[in-house]
Amino acid sequence: MIETKGLRKSYPSGKHGRTVVDAVRGIDLDVRAGEIFGFLGPNGAGKTTTLRMLATLIRPDGGEALIAGADLLADPAEVRRRIGYVAQGGGTADAVTGREELVMQARMYGIRKADALRQAADALKAFDLTEFADRHCSTYSGGQRRRVDIALGVIHSPKVLFLDEPTVGLDPASRGQVWAEIERLRTEGMTVVVTTHYLDEADALCDRVAIVDHGQVVVEGTPEALKREISGDVVLLGLAAGEAGPAADALRGQPYLHRLEPGEDGLRLYLDDGAAAIPQLLSVLNGAGIVPGTVQLQRPSLDDVFLARTGRSIEQS
Amino acid sequence: MKLARDTWLVFQRQALLMWRTPIWIVIGITQPVFYLLLFAPLLKKVLAPMGATSYAEAYQIYVPGLLAVLCIFGGLYTGFSLLGELKAGIIERSRVTPVSRLALLLGRALREMVGLLVQAVIITVAALPFGLRVDLPSLLLAYVLLGLLALMTSALSYGIALALPNDAAMAPVVNTIAQPIGLLSGVLLPLALAPMWLQRVAEWNPFYWAVEGMRALFSGHPGDSVVWQGLLIVTALTAVAVFCSARLFSARIR
Repeated sequence: MIETKGLRKSYPSGKHGRTVVDAVRGIDLDVRAGEIFGFLGPNGAGKTTTLRMLATLIRPDGGEALIAGADLLADPAEVRRRIGYVAQGGGTADAVTGREELVMQARMYGIRKADALRQAADALKAFDLTEFADRHCSTYSGGQRRRVDIALGVIHSPKVLFLDEPTVGLDPASRGQVWAEIERLRTEGMTVVVTTHYLDEADALCDRVAIVDHGQVVVEGTPEALKREISGDVVLLGLAAGEAGPAADALRGQPYLHRLEPGEDGLRLYLDDGAAAIPQLLSVLNGAGIVPGTVQLQRPSLDDVFLARTGRSIEQS
Repeated sequence: MKLARDTWLVFQRQALLMWRTPIWIVIGITQPVFYLLLFAPLLKKVLAPMGATSYAEAYQIYVPGLLAVLCIFGGLYTGFSLLGELKAGIIERSRVTPVSRLALLLGRALREMVGLLVQAVIITVAALPFGLRVDLPSLLLAYVLLGLLALMTSALSYGIALALPNDAAMAPVVNTIAQPIGLLSGVLLPLALAPMWLQRVAEWNPFYWAVEGMRALFSGHPGDSVVWQGLLIVTALTAVAVFCSARLFSARIR
């Protein structure tokens, strides 16, 4: 449904625009029809720039992309007809109602007035917005406004929907609602590309993800496969300040330990069988005179995948 | 056809927004009305060298300048509303749709033009009790000139809003442009009172010709050459301003 090859974009920056920032440096993607595709990475990784290029808002400096059968560089007008795009901040005016915005949006796609009115009413029903459809957008809660944004993005039944950080700034209940809408759109056959830095959400809801860093795809696959690549389990040791260094020294060289990373309040250990290793870990640490405050056993997360690939955590960067 | 339809669509939406916040019309008209009531009466004596012997004649010279300044400044400041729309993501949302880019500009500029013409009509009517008299054909032609002025300055202002690297630069840039334009077009006092060198400089200001054209129309001389000269200059500049801003609308990354 979306195929890109070497998509690039750089911006002039610095005092006189003499230096150049490579926001996106060669992105290859292959998004299949009918899947929810997650585009993950830290802020500034190039997620939004890539999405804006695919949505025809920025012209790429190089590369090619085929979106729903239309060529992004040769025929952006046709791409526009086949896609929907919802920006991170949305795009509703304060002094108009949700229904008026939906009608306006449909009409901007060239839909006749009578049809636009009917489609707006259908969308309001589908997104459970009928109750406040005729109130001004300024009175909506964050979650309601976000649902209006998504309804606007799909009013013309696009083949592909791009969502930029759809759940950012929402309370947990509204986030759940937004994801329920995204899943509903997929069951209707839409392909959804979503950027997020909430990795747990992406893990639970995306069919496949691409992790980007510094404008390039670091790794791509199903969340399950990516996590399987990092072998086994994660053990989190909670340590007092100053103990992390000596503990790392003591543990280094243990045969069952694959990797060791400093965590927020201690150490993250990557190993095959965490449950079996914990007693040994504790005895080694005891030998060094260190008693961890807490020990947690976890399955690896997508953040561990990112950490393993880049040496940094998405949530920290 | 698509352009006309899309322009009408954008115009309708913008008109709805204006209708829902009518306070802007009131604010826009307050200053010209104050000038009309508190400044214009001083002019009878000042304009005596130009042959103004009565209040009616003084208003005939002053009101067209006031209307021109209303449209020039009102148009130049309309870019601020676009900054708000850019920030709210409304422009970006429009640009992802196949809607005509030129329509995004024209619909907004035409709404601004209509808003300013409504204010111009109110001010004209308010000046009637002071003795202002204009024949209808001349008045209508004057409104055409005003409409073009408003269209041009709105398009210019949208272009500035799109071209500036940051929002804070908008106010100083617009003020810096508006002030010399205003002074050099003789909107407060006719430049006929000015020393020769100042008149020479003013002749390079296209808005000077527009204001001179307005004055000729209001004093009942629609056949004066300044009328068609003013119309021609303003029409050409409007076309240039619309063309440049439309390009920014389709290309600008915000």
